Amino acid sequence: MSIQNNRLAPEAYERNFSDVHPPFDKKEAALVEANRCLFCYDAPCMKSCPTSIDVPKFIKQITTDNLKGSAHTILQSNIFGGGCSRVCPVEKLCEGSCVYNLMHEAPIPIAKLQRYATERAIAEKWQLFERKPSTGKKVAIVGAGPAGLSCAHALSAQGIDVTVFEKEARGGGLMTYGIAAYKVTPRFCQDEVDFITSLGGITIEYNRELGRDMSIPQLQDGFDAVFLGIGVGLARQLGIPGEHLDGVVDAIEFIYNLRSTSYSQVAVGDRVAVIGLGMTAIDAATQAKRLGATEVTIVYRRTQEEMPCTQVELDLAMLDGCRVLWLAAPKEVLGADGNVTGLVCSEMELGAADSSGRRSPVETSRTFALDVDMVIKAAGQMPFQSLVDAAGLENKGGRIVQANGATSVARVFAGGDCVNGGREVVDAVQAGKDGAAAILDYLRATEITSPDTAMEPSAFNNLAPALPDLS
Amino acid sequence: MADISANFLGIKSPNPFWLASAPPTDKKINVLRAFEAGWGGVVWKTLGSQVKNVSSRYSAVNYNGSRIMGFNNIELISDRPLDINLREIEECIRLFPDRAMIVSLMADNTRESWHELIAKVEDTGAHGFELNFGCPHGMTERGMGAAVGQDPEIARMVVEWVMEKATIPVITKLTPNVHSVVPTGKAAVEAGTNALSLINTIQSVTGVDLDTFVPNPYVAGKSVFGGYCGPAVKPIALKFLATISQDPTTRQVPISGIGGISTWKDAVEFMLLGATTLQVCTAAMKHGFRIVEDMCEGLNNWMDEKGFATINDFIGLSVPTLTHWEDLDINYHHVAHINQDKCIHCGLCYIGCEDTSHQAINLSYGKPYNTYSIKEEECVGCNLCQLICPVEQCITMVEQRKGDEYLNWKDFQRLGLALNDH
Repeated sequence: MSIQNNRLAPEAYERNFSDVHPPFDKKEAALVEANRCLFCYDAPCMKSCPTSIDVPKFIKQITTDNLKGSAHTILQSNIFGGGCSRVCPVEKLCEGSCVYNLMHEAPIPIAKLQRYATERAIAEKWQLFERKPSTGKKVAIVGAGPAGLSCAHALSAQGIDVTVFEKEARGGGLMTYGIAAYKVTPRFCQDEVDFITSLGGITIEYNRELGRDMSIPQLQDGFDAVFLGIGVGLARQLGIPGEHLDGVVDAIEFIYNLRSTSYSQVAVGDRVAVIGLGMTAIDAATQAKRLGATEVTIVYRRTQEEMPCTQVELDLAMLDGCRVLWLAAPKEVLGADGNVTGLVCSEMELGAADSSGRRSPVETSRTFALDVDMVIKAAGQMPFQSLVDAAGLENKGGRIVQANGATSVARVFAGGDCVNGGREVVDAVQAGKDGAAAILDYLRATEITSPDTAMEPSAFNNLAPALPDLS
Repeated sequence: MADISANFLGIKSPNPFWLASAPPTDKKINVLRAFEAGWGGVVWKTLGSQVKNVSSRYSAVNYNGSRIMGFNNIELISDRPLDINLREIEECIRLFPDRAMIVSLMADNTRESWHELIAKVEDTGAHGFELNFGCPHGMTERGMGAAVGQDPEIARMVVEWVMEKATIPVITKLTPNVHSVVPTGKAAVEAGTNALSLINTIQSVTGVDLDTFVPNPYVAGKSVFGGYCGPAVKPIALKFLATISQDPTTRQVPISGIGGISTWKDAVEFMLLGATTLQVCTAAMKHGFRIVEDMCEGLNNWMDEKGFATINDFIGLSVPTLTHWEDLDINYHHVAHINQDKCIHCGLCYIGCEDTSHQAINLSYGKPYNTYSIKEEECVGCNLCQLICPVEQCITMVEQRKGDEYLNWKDFQRLGLALNDH
């Protein structure tokens, strides 16, 4: 009983981390579903998408053999449309509001169709966007995650020269480092980043960290505007005894390791407790199981009614054999020789509703102990408070305060998890778009195109095409 | 159990479903399989002058993922030797004596050719003839097929030749490649044909290949106009059928209905507009002969439900309800009603009405679901929203007469009543 790597045979890793939602096998399969789409007007699916992808249009375009147009429709609203088709919790977004639900029929598999339409675009590097001539304006973006790259793409398309500073060695942010490997592969994440930057006008400087390698004043000096898409990073601490023991790890760190090394190199315990029940908790729990842990227990202090993950995600964990303990809160991590040996939990009960509208868990006097050798903390992530404070950015508990994309510091804009505290990838993409729009407004970079010159009536003569000779 | 058998000019069949003259009735093996499957009769693929067919022969129109909404062929009449066809026809009649065996004919354009062909076919024991005056491709260039059917006087002449010789019932098959089938139908009846059948295929180009730029079907870099059939042509066939059922001359003879019949419901519609027997081809080519089972069972159940003992009880029943536009009742008015409990908020009714009709639907914005309701005062009762709505019985049309009395356009003008003001 210990934390160790290399628990499984190579083929078992392969199987456990293969695509959890496989794509359509072939065109015919996609067409059956695409043709079911009713092509709703002012479609609920579109309104439920934070990036407002015109879902009926892109699905219609699949049916008309206009795959290029379909990919363009998706990506012009959401440049991470490929990745989002794999990681979005669509059951609470587009698919959750598909009108077929109201007929008690299966909704259109929008994510799967979106993957179908974008997969070839990214794999075959279709040039769907054209960059306007350079305006000479320069914008610095901090963070090559969904918010930063979405902002970069939107700005560069308008002729802005963009430099992205990324502290990691690869782009994609949490898409690359923070999401279960059975949803997106590292290869796909890299392809997606390459696809986005293939527009031109975007330079990513890797291994460059804000606060360490450069400061906001420096960026203000060198660029016309700055966009912060720095996300959140640090796992929320539990603040309980034993948290320092070997075997207590952050979910983000655990997933980061999993995403940046080979699966067999990632160590996991025999019996693992995961604290929390958000998407990251699910990703950590299922992957711990898939790495070979014999027993994975998710500890959540409220009930299924209040859980932040979707039912689909919970089912995924349950089907993987993970156990959930409802109304249980960690109280103390037990250890021996510096290693985790157990987790003491308090039994909770629900009290009055809190500010989120959910009923607050209240501690009872009853406790129980779990026999575990690893504890994964997934109770949310903390914003980069000290970094934000040091830069003099107005913030609320580390979350940057912004109005229409602009922060309290001149020429500095922000969006994504660093502003909202941590939401879906698709929310960050929209925040990047909003930030780009705000910056463009600020730079007055949007040019008014003049209408086409009207034709003289005489110019209509001789416009009939000549038909081919039949002789 | 209703009696679904048909008696068409004394030609009896256990059900009114015949296979039309086409590839499925080209040879013994197909016809025996059809009879085993339960088809009431067949019209043997057209016999006549010797031809040679090409490859390929068919093309289709698909619609929203459904294959073969319309079907097209450039195949000619039977390209098998006449004596083999005659021998096989005889064998089929011997093996299935209770089924109808009609033989389609298209002789060279002389009296002698027709007489000779008729004599040979009658020797097989066939129960009737169908004259192919409709084939729209290949044969027309030789003055046969639709070239005959498109000219009432030529059709009259050929029917007269046939009637001089034939001793079994003669059905004349009409081409739809005319603005009206009635003149040729009348000429054929006046020349003595015992019955009419319609429609033959409609000249078409089903599509153009966007890579080769050659229309389909493809034959060595070229194509030709083909004959269109299948579900897409049913409404056109029903219209032509209705005109034959309305005309005082042509309505005197029985009609065999053809054109996109795929189900028992299609069949009943043809019968309600005057057809006694039904001929099917495309649906069988798409699904095989087994479709006749549901056609018989569905027809039977429907007749029981409606209290019809025999098919003669309802043939032509709908013909009197087709009237002239100027006789329609202008005081009849109905408006759409949306059942909010059934509405799935797809907005299709709204956008159809707003963009292309009368702006008679309200949109009340919601996230994610909008609510839609009818502006009754703006609704002209066109049915568009009801036709678009994907939910059964969600949009219904509710009668709201403009006046109690019947008022047609002629009266309306005579009375000088007010026209629309917006």
